[in-house]
Amino acid sequence: MDVRRDQHAVTATTTDPLAAPPPSSAQSAPVRRRSAKRSLGARLRENWILSLFAAPALLIIILFHYYPLLGNVIAFQDYLPFLGIGGSEWVGFSNFAILFNGDPAFIAAVRNTLVITLVQTVFVFPAPIVLALVLNGLVSERIKRTVQSIMYLPHFLSWVIVVSVFQQLLGGSGLLNNWIRQHGGDALQIIGNPDDFIALLTSQVMWKDTGWATILFLAVLSQINTDLYEASNVDGASRWRQLWHVTLPSMRGIIILLLILKLGDSLTVGFEQIILQQDAVGIDASEVIDTYVYNNGIVGGNWGVAAAVGLVKGVISVVLVLGANKVAHLFGESGVYQK
Amino acid sequence: MTALTRRPAPARRTQLRNGQSPAHPVMRVIKGLTLLIACALVVMPFVAIVSTSLADNDQITRAGGLVLWPEQSTFDAYTAVFTGGVVSRALGISVFVTTVGTALSLITTAPLAYALSRPTLVGRRLVMMLVLFSLLFTPGMLPTYLAVKQLGLLNSLWALIIPTMVNAFNVIVMHSFFKSLPQELFNSAKIDGASEWQIMIKIVLPLSKAIFAVVGLFYGVGYWNSFFTSLLYLDDSSLWPLQMVVRSYVVGGSQLSPAELGNPEVLPPQPALQMAILVISIIPIVCVYPFLQKHFAKGVLTGAVKG
Repeated sequence: MDVRRDQHAVTATTTDPLAAPPPSSAQSAPVRRRSAKRSLGARLRENWILSLFAAPALLIIILFHYYPLLGNVIAFQDYLPFLGIGGSEWVGFSNFAILFNGDPAFIAAVRNTLVITLVQTVFVFPAPIVLALVLNGLVSERIKRTVQSIMYLPHFLSWVIVVSVFQQLLGGSGLLNNWIRQHGGDALQIIGNPDDFIALLTSQVMWKDTGWATILFLAVLSQINTDLYEASNVDGASRWRQLWHVTLPSMRGIIILLLILKLGDSLTVGFEQIILQQDAVGIDASEVIDTYVYNNGIVGGNWGVAAAVGLVKGVISVVLVLGANKVAHLFGESGVYQK
Repeated sequence: MTALTRRPAPARRTQLRNGQSPAHPVMRVIKGLTLLIACALVVMPFVAIVSTSLADNDQITRAGGLVLWPEQSTFDAYTAVFTGGVVSRALGISVFVTTVGTALSLITTAPLAYALSRPTLVGRRLVMMLVLFSLLFTPGMLPTYLAVKQLGLLNSLWALIIPTMVNAFNVIVMHSFFKSLPQELFNSAKIDGASEWQIMIKIVLPLSKAIFAVVGLFYGVGYWNSFFTSLLYLDDSSLWPLQMVVRSYVVGGSQLSPAELGNPEVLPPQPALQMAILVISIIPIVCVYPFLQKHFAKGVLTGAVKG
């Protein structure tokens, strides 16, 4: 029952924020109309305390979200930290040449990013759907709760801890390999093996977030009208038929929405997760767009080029999110926001 | 079963509580096994970590690293880690950043969310746009770094707090809560002559304990877990929080020397020390986890789409 109320919260925030605020009560509407006629100064004088409430957080957002956007101009400079943005030489679009001339390291980073996104969409995305379906079919509420409590926990651990855990279990002197050695086998090189790296990343993401990701699906599953099941049951539908004709159609909306959001995010793959393991596995197998920016900019001092890559990635990401949202609307879903 | 069909009442097939048909017995076994294995995969690493942190030298040497169950428990690793030195210092820094950061986050986020929920806020739509678009346009790593540097926060613990102090997503979560409060409360308070300040303190705050707890926990877990901000903004390793220490001594595999531990009386084996550090960095999360679990569904569902 709790979930049902939460579900309303979803629709409220997804549809509302950009739309005009609905009049919350009959009385507030005329008040606002009157105040709109008065001058800005008068309204500020009357409601200054609300502006004061909003100011500190707004200042932080502007300082660390909007002001840095200006810093992207270094993508058009041969930026040198000791000269600053004012003193560095302007070089036009030459930093962007890397995108077109095909620096092998950059191309490898783009390729790795896309492969990781693809693999994770195929393997990570369906896992919570399957888990949610299994959980939803459980008769015992207690077992369901217990499994949920256990499976949600890894989501709250940091990547440092998750990577440590995997290393301790699967590393050269980890639990698995010690066991294999004690039983006379040859140790497996899992950690630090470039060929396995994407599989390792994928299994880490699954370990950390499969349980957590079921929340959304379980919320949708709990909304399905039980009459549908009962009616199909009377008609003699088996469990599989019910899954195909009742359960999955009810999940269509959320699955499409999440896939579309994933598309919008496809240039961003676990940055913290990868940077932590980059030393062990080598740069060729593990460089992605974000680590390329970090390694070339902050570490390598090649600020202009790294900023150019970051800027292009940012722009493409925004286009993908907006495009994905458009597609969501075409599918009749509400998307991230509505016009 | 055959007898049932002869009864005058319409035959009802067996069904589960939510109306689903019962599953095939083989499927039930498969499902049970799936859940069991999934849970074991999550639980087992924690058992091994805690066990190793408690195991003694002999057992760890025999196992060559992690052990699954300690034969003889000893708290030497924890004593050594808490003697002073890098781990104790990092723990102190993490606790400072988490508590001060969470407090500052709530002190700034809640008033903004509240102001946005009041129709009389001047420039309400513009402010809302600024909040929402900050989710869409992230400025990128290098420009953010330059801004932090320009504001003189580099190599200071404030760099771990101030840039991430206001999370637009949490603003929206709190905003939707404040908006769900009955507006009659505000109107009648206004008629009685209460100021916005009084409304916030006397009416809104007492009703909002749960949402403060939820958002505070989200912020707190975020501060506690953050590692990349330290890597990016702190050059001085004496300012490292716990996550950086874990990265260096557990992921990176550097050895903890007696001097770095503040010269403890007993020097436990490295695996025990490493696992003790891991346990210390996991315990706060496990402690707040029941509260998180009670409330998180609300948080994640409210902002689900921008996970």
